[in-house]
Amino acid sequence: MIDKSLIVFFPAGYPSKEKTLEFMLYANADVFELGVPFSDPIADGPAIQKAYFTAISNGFRLRDAFWIAKKFREQSHKKLVLMNYYNPIYRTGIKKFVENAYSCGIDAMLVVDLPFDEANEFVEVCRDMGMKNVFLSAPNTSDERLRAIDELSEFIYLVSTYGVTGVRDKISELAFKALRRAKSVCRKPIAVGFGVSKKEHVSELFQAGADGVVVGSAIVRLIERFGDDAGKEIERFTAALRF
Amino acid sequence: MRFGEFGGRYVPEVLIPPLEELEKAYNELKDDEEFRKELDYYLRSYAGRPTPLYFAKNLSKELGMRVYLKREDLLHGGAHKINNTLAQALLAKFMGKSRIIAETGAGQHGVATAMASALLGLKCRIYMGALDYERQKMNVFRMKILGAEVVPVESGSRTLKDAINEALRDWAESFETTHYLIGSVVGPHPFPIIVRDFQSIIGKEARRQILELEQRLPDAIVACVGGGSNAMGIFYPFLKDKVRLIGVEAGGEGIESGRHSASLSAGSKGVLHGMLSYFLQDSEGMIADTHSIAAGLDYPGVGPEHAYLKDSGRVEYSIATDKEALNAFLKLSKLEGIIPALESAHALAYLEKDESLKGSVVIVNLSGRGDKDLGIVMEVLK
Repeated sequence: MIDKSLIVFFPAGYPSKEKTLEFMLYANADVFELGVPFSDPIADGPAIQKAYFTAISNGFRLRDAFWIAKKFREQSHKKLVLMNYYNPIYRTGIKKFVENAYSCGIDAMLVVDLPFDEANEFVEVCRDMGMKNVFLSAPNTSDERLRAIDELSEFIYLVSTYGVTGVRDKISELAFKALRRAKSVCRKPIAVGFGVSKKEHVSELFQAGADGVVVGSAIVRLIERFGDDAGKEIERFTAALRF
Repeated sequence: MRFGEFGGRYVPEVLIPPLEELEKAYNELKDDEEFRKELDYYLRSYAGRPTPLYFAKNLSKELGMRVYLKREDLLHGGAHKINNTLAQALLAKFMGKSRIIAETGAGQHGVATAMASALLGLKCRIYMGALDYERQKMNVFRMKILGAEVVPVESGSRTLKDAINEALRDWAESFETTHYLIGSVVGPHPFPIIVRDFQSIIGKEARRQILELEQRLPDAIVACVGGGSNAMGIFYPFLKDKVRLIGVEAGGEGIESGRHSASLSAGSKGVLHGMLSYFLQDSEGMIADTHSIAAGLDYPGVGPEHAYLKDSGRVEYSIATDKEALNAFLKLSKLEGIIPALESAHALAYLEKDESLKGSVVIVNLSGRGDKDLGIVMEVLK
């Protein structure tokens, strides 16, 4: 699913579902992550928190995320990962939620607050339906846990640092160490995210062996700054990240 | 470790190792004689344990039952919170952590955390929803006097749940040096067990005391439930006994008004703050805003063990409204000369709502004193 891929993150419904779709179609990327807004996003820093709260106060509903996915799939064959907090899935019903996601053309599900040890039923439902899973790992994840994550994941989303999502100045030594270890333990591809926002970050991580890099908060900031006109900026920004 | 289907460890992967470290340290420490001795010393000589079990004779006469009050309001800081903060601060030291973070709603847990941190020489940062920060200025000042840094949380609904979110975010970055001293029987495993165990000293004492005073176990025990730490603390040592256990949630302006904090009585199953439990939420799993006159009960969820005890039927859960709690607050003040916390007043209010208690022996957990609430009560009575 990933191979030296640029993965970009968009918060659904920020500022509206139509705009999210438009922005996604502007982005120059290989894989798309669509973030489902949640009232209590404990893994996210200020930029994505604000995007989620804005989306919710603009009336975001889960069907809007599915609408975006469906429309995106009609116009693009790029891979699409739905990034979730667990409660909306649990509350909707795992089966119903995953069915919806699958029928909208979503390729994989990532649930930030659902570690694999709590995910038996979820993984089973996804498997039965042909939906793929992506699990997080972190620099402090043990080899033993990495192996279990490797087993269950289409690719592994390696969180590059301690803390929450957000733009950071540079990629830490901790991230490179974690990447090297993950590469040696896991057979599946590794994508690195959290704090990736610059061209140098992207090329450094690819050089260090990353199979994908995820850019999130930096894009959210562009939307925050340019509002409805952010599309062109996102196009420019994502194109520049790669070359 | 779960309570039936409830509880669990629903956290981002980065928090799994710190939770495992905590669980391991707690299991090593909990039966350690040195630790027990040290904790016991602080609980007695610093916090003021054991607390009396007081026979409230005037209230008993008025209500037609024998009412005993477990006087947690007499503890240092004015609430049961210090039982847990002293113990967890010692645990943090044992783990080699130099910094404490905690969430607080009204400020009682924040104050108790600041006290324990000052006492044990730990750096302390308290997260508090920006709305609560405004409403509870005096407690903010108390925490600062005690040497804590208090951070107002501006995101989300700007209340307790957002303070917990922010503490979890801090911990995901700082766990190497920092212990998250959670204030109730909530959060990912092992927090609900740790807090319940440290608070169960309330029930252990009460059990011994009532056997001395009445030569028998009580017919019922009543406690208020927000997150549920004082209730778990007094219920736990009685779970295997033939004693009615009754938890009273904040009914706010009435369940039908939608403005309340009664997650067991009116909520549904969900996952937040690392646990599977009952929450107030909409049909798509967005967490709802809550209301209670008692800031300490103003939380959209409840500890997972309470969720289990509700579904298993072992504990009965009911509600008292703002108004009923306020009446009970005034009644206890006038009849006994004891001003209860508005939280504890919910438990007292229940006594008048249950005819079947007449003639029986009842213990109410008086979890805190009401001095902190005088401003709110003054506003309402105006």
